[in-house]
Amino acid sequence: MTAQAPERPVSPYRSQAGPGKAGFAQLLHAEWTKFRTVRGWLAGLLVAVLLTVGLGVLVAAGGAQAVCQAAGGGPVRSGAACGKPANPIGPGGEPVADQFYFVHQPLAGNGSLTVRIMSLTGLLPASLGSNPDKPGLVPWAKAGIIINGTDNGSAYAAMMVTGGNGVRMQWNYTGDTPGLPGAVSAASPRWLRLTRDGDTITGYDSADGTHWTRVGAVTLTGLPATVQAGLFVASPTGMAFAPSFGEGGISDGPSLATAVFDQVSTSGAWPSGAWAGESLGGGPQGLGYHQTAGRFTVTGSGDIAPILAGPLGDVYGPDGTVLADYLVGTFAGLVAAAVVAAMYMSSEYRRGLIRTTLAASPARARVLAAKTVVIGAAAFVAGLAAAGGTVAFATWYAHSHGRVVFPEPWPTELRIIAGTAALIAVAAVLALALATILRRSVAVVTIMIVAIVLPYLLTVTSVLPAGAAEWVLRLSPAAAFALQQAAPAYHQVQAAYAPGVGYYPLAPWAGFAVLCAWTALALGAAAYLLKRRDA
Amino acid sequence: MSRRSSAAAQGASRGGQRRAASEEAARQDPPFGRHLTERGHRVDQVINPASAASGRGSGATDSSATSAARLSWFRDALHAEWTKLRTLPGPGWLLPAAVALTIAVGASVAAGFSCSPPHGGCLPAATGADPAKISLAGVYAGQAVIAVLAVLVMGGEYDTGMIRVTLAAMPGRLTVLAAKALLVTGCALAAGTLAAGGSFLAGRLIEPGRGLTRANGYVLLSLANGPDLRAACGSVLYLILIALLALGITTAVRDSAIGVGLVLGLLYMFPIVTAVIPDQTWVRHLEQASPMIAGLYVQATAGTASLPLTPWQGLGVTALWASGAIIGGAAVLRLRDA
Repeated sequence: MTAQAPERPVSPYRSQAGPGKAGFAQLLHAEWTKFRTVRGWLAGLLVAVLLTVGLGVLVAAGGAQAVCQAAGGGPVRSGAACGKPANPIGPGGEPVADQFYFVHQPLAGNGSLTVRIMSLTGLLPASLGSNPDKPGLVPWAKAGIIINGTDNGSAYAAMMVTGGNGVRMQWNYTGDTPGLPGAVSAASPRWLRLTRDGDTITGYDSADGTHWTRVGAVTLTGLPATVQAGLFVASPTGMAFAPSFGEGGISDGPSLATAVFDQVSTSGAWPSGAWAGESLGGGPQGLGYHQTAGRFTVTGSGDIAPILAGPLGDVYGPDGTVLADYLVGTFAGLVAAAVVAAMYMSSEYRRGLIRTTLAASPARARVLAAKTVVIGAAAFVAGLAAAGGTVAFATWYAHSHGRVVFPEPWPTELRIIAGTAALIAVAAVLALALATILRRSVAVVTIMIVAIVLPYLLTVTSVLPAGAAEWVLRLSPAAAFALQQAAPAYHQVQAAYAPGVGYYPLAPWAGFAVLCAWTALALGAAAYLLKRRDA
Repeated sequence: MSRRSSAAAQGASRGGQRRAASEEAARQDPPFGRHLTERGHRVDQVINPASAASGRGSGATDSSATSAARLSWFRDALHAEWTKLRTLPGPGWLLPAAVALTIAVGASVAAGFSCSPPHGGCLPAATGADPAKISLAGVYAGQAVIAVLAVLVMGGEYDTGMIRVTLAAMPGRLTVLAAKALLVTGCALAAGTLAAGGSFLAGRLIEPGRGLTRANGYVLLSLANGPDLRAACGSVLYLILIALLALGITTAVRDSAIGVGLVLGLLYMFPIVTAVIPDQTWVRHLEQASPMIAGLYVQATAGTASLPLTPWQGLGVTALWASGAIIGGAAVLRLRDA
């Protein structure tokens, strides 16, 4: 009889780990692990950054014609020593043109100035039409009264009559508000008044001299105690743009405007009492004023307005390359990011991994959301590196080689960099959504190129006429490239704004919203199909 | 018998047995079996059943038998590729889509042309318009579809893993590439001819209504006109070269999505970059080096003196790109794993 070993109770194995969580954070971690462990996809995002910066370097290297010329004619190496006068920078940080004929007196303290304008005539530039210097007014010819600081590019406020836009009050180069409509003539003169009270300047207009309407009031910070105030006349260059198939041409030239002022009355602290006339900012021949018994006839040329970015602003200063030109590699980086995003989704279908993924996370929309977050964040970081690197390189290169880059206020520069990164990120998400819908990567990449790169190409190279180009850039996802627009299109500056010269029909964030709308649509369809279809 | 001669006799008899075995296999197996049994052997060691039956030895010293073997081998490869192409759904609709897109874009560009008499008239000197180039403008769009087709022909094999079967059945990898190249050439030729012909016809019908008339000094589109014929034939050749370029790039990168991104990016990158570079010397050099811009110089019938290259030189640039891509793709196909 053998003794049997006592049977020990065998307890089943219990893991000491707690219950696993199946939340969105774990799903996000899983998707991030999938993304970062495929070397090819990380390499693809790196290629996106390198392509963007590389094409920016190419544009910089090929910009030999934008070198400043010294006074003696030779090239200079340093941007600070450019012989051509750099454009003054206005109070808002943008480069401005400050060129007009000024008949002025100092105003020390508070006061007001009232005038009546009897007529405004002008001469158009010779290149418009075929008549040399034919009489006519450009629509934004300006004549009126202005209260001005003493430097070029200082803050100002002005009441004026214009060639084709009635009475306007303008200030600080970018502000503009309308007054009485209609052209000025002997039968319908206009009275204008500016009143200064400390830093606040108020503008009034009248059609009969008795009943005054307040047009607007602005506060100009930092206005010196003694300002220059008086009559001014300016007439911007007239521009004609000839868009034909594959070509765009800008012809322009200086124009002149002559205005007749009378019933000039002042009140307040005007110490001097003597009018002095000078032509500010240079200009063509034939400017000046003469005064006969209280009536002033002033002839002026030029403009008090912001300088337009790109080829449209060439008339006023050295040819400045805008940052958007250096960021031309964005589309290459965008294509690379779209390829990576398309493969990120389509490889699940190609390798059959989708079944494992959906078995592990039956909430299919959450899988799509996790992938969206991962690829969006990765592409955003890559876009920031690409755009920030390109802008930093472009700025350094311009400063060290005496090239001119269109100066941007820092919010605009931030909008350009962050906007480019956001553009690449949302485009990557769009590619991901399309890959979920189509489950094949070739079709996705083709659609992305056709929808985003081709509209950009057709408009930048001016293949489409301007009207068709504007509609394409309003409706297609390529509208988001408006984020890179260097400066807004000012309605008070007449110019042939067209996508071919860097002006998009939509405002920057409106264009971005178009891309986001397309992406949201695609994501909605993708989520719907992912839930309804078999894996 | 000395050992040497007995060894030789044994070797001869072994060789004879091997020959007989392969003859047997060659007679019984289907044509592909011939390649399987001789897998890894060089072409000149393949035993043609015809030559074996007539009693010729191994080593295939007869060159006509070798070339006949090569030709039938290539014919088989071509037949296989053609079967793949016509039975997969992609290419079946891509070719008509390319034709339709080219004609549609060309017609809309021709219809969108306008010249206004007050601004200098519709004279050739004022507008600088090129009737052939306007009507053939659809090639800008159609080339993308042809490129996608060529990418799918090769990339589809890698995407599905079919490449392993293909290379197992046809170990002569360059033969496979040559067969695919011949096939996409034929497809691009067919689609390009239809597209160019249709675009020409549409341009001939539409352009006189838009101001490009004989009265204004333009020559109406006609294939009897030398430069117009060159524009049309050059466009067809250009589409063939684009197809070969896409095939070569996809073979090199072994993935269809990357291939499409690279090909379309390469084609459309140059016009975008040259539009923003200020220095005209750089722009000229970049245009001379670009496959699309230089290649489409062949469509120019007006203003050829101001182009950086002559029309045929421009097409030659595209040919250089295509041959470089094919050579690179062939090298990758030969040297790397499937």
